[in-house]
Amino acid sequence: MGRVLVIVPLALFVALVVYFFVAMHGGYDPSALPSAMVGKPVPAFDLPGPPAPPNYSGPPVKLGFSSRDMLGHVVLVNFFASWCVPCRAEHPVLMGLGPSAGVPLVGIAYKDKPTDAVGFLQEYGNPYVAIGLDESGRTGIDFGVYGVPETYIVDKHGIIRVRHVGPLTAESVAREILPAVRALQAQP
Amino acid sequence: MAWSVAAVAVEPSEMLKDPALEARARAIGQELRCLVCQNESIDESNADLAHDLRVLLRRRIAAGDTDRQAIQFIVKRYGDFVLLKPPVEPATWLLWFGPVVLLIVSAAGAMIFVRRRNRATPEPTALSPEEKRQLDELLHEPDLE
Repeated sequence: MGRVLVIVPLALFVALVVYFFVAMHGGYDPSALPSAMVGKPVPAFDLPGPPAPPNYSGPPVKLGFSSRDMLGHVVLVNFFASWCVPCRAEHPVLMGLGPSAGVPLVGIAYKDKPTDAVGFLQEYGNPYVAIGLDESGRTGIDFGVYGVPETYIVDKHGIIRVRHVGPLTAESVAREILPAVRALQAQP
Repeated sequence: MAWSVAAVAVEPSEMLKDPALEARARAIGQELRCLVCQNESIDESNADLAHDLRVLLRRRIAAGDTDRQAIQFIVKRYGDFVLLKPPVEPATWLLWFGPVVLLIVSAAGAMIFVRRRNRATPEPTALSPEEKRQLDELLHEPDLE
């Protein structure tokens, strides 16, 4: 018994070292927060759209949309802002989603001026089928957004299923987002 | 004092007219974590989101929310993580009671250790005649100085 007790401090120390090592190298992100909204209905919103950009020649875009518009489809909701640097890094990934991804992507401009949001999309391209303006940031707060970009997967019944904080990458889309979308699309 | 004022981010334009309501909003704001800076309360943080939450909080209070309702309003959106003082529930028992348990366990361990050590020390016995003779010799050695 006494022998066993003697090694307890050493064992605890080794356990701590292993824990710290794994935590530091295992991709643990202390700023990633658990989401309170996953599994809950999407907060009700009805956002205005930005002004139609002049000389727009892409696919049709719905300017302004509400939470009711999303019912019946699995939808990707992306919070972005023209002032947000990681959003620029994320943008090519969103542009790459396109119709082949088979899931509508809607954009909510978080705390952005309408003209700035449109300018951003004119410069980098528009990946969204619908755009809403959340100038006050109130809809963002209802979603639990604490930093843009954030992306949510909302199922056919309007329930938030997945929340992705930070810029999407080609890898996270392929590994996390699209498989989750397919699984939800297969559900009744 | 200057430093206690410095740690406040609430701007005059945000404040409620009614000092009693404002005092309640201040007290609640000090209990809520700013999601951006994470180690500051929304009362202290200059982050944009903290400002928005302060304004929202004041709107709820002005609209007649109780403290509890106003806090719940924000917890519903951001989870228990926004509470700088986490609630006592099974998932946080380790956090709340862990230190006390650790203290009790180590105190018990220390007590057992001390008792065992005392028991291991033999009781002093009387000197044998041989030891007495040696001691006498040492004590009565002629002074060399």
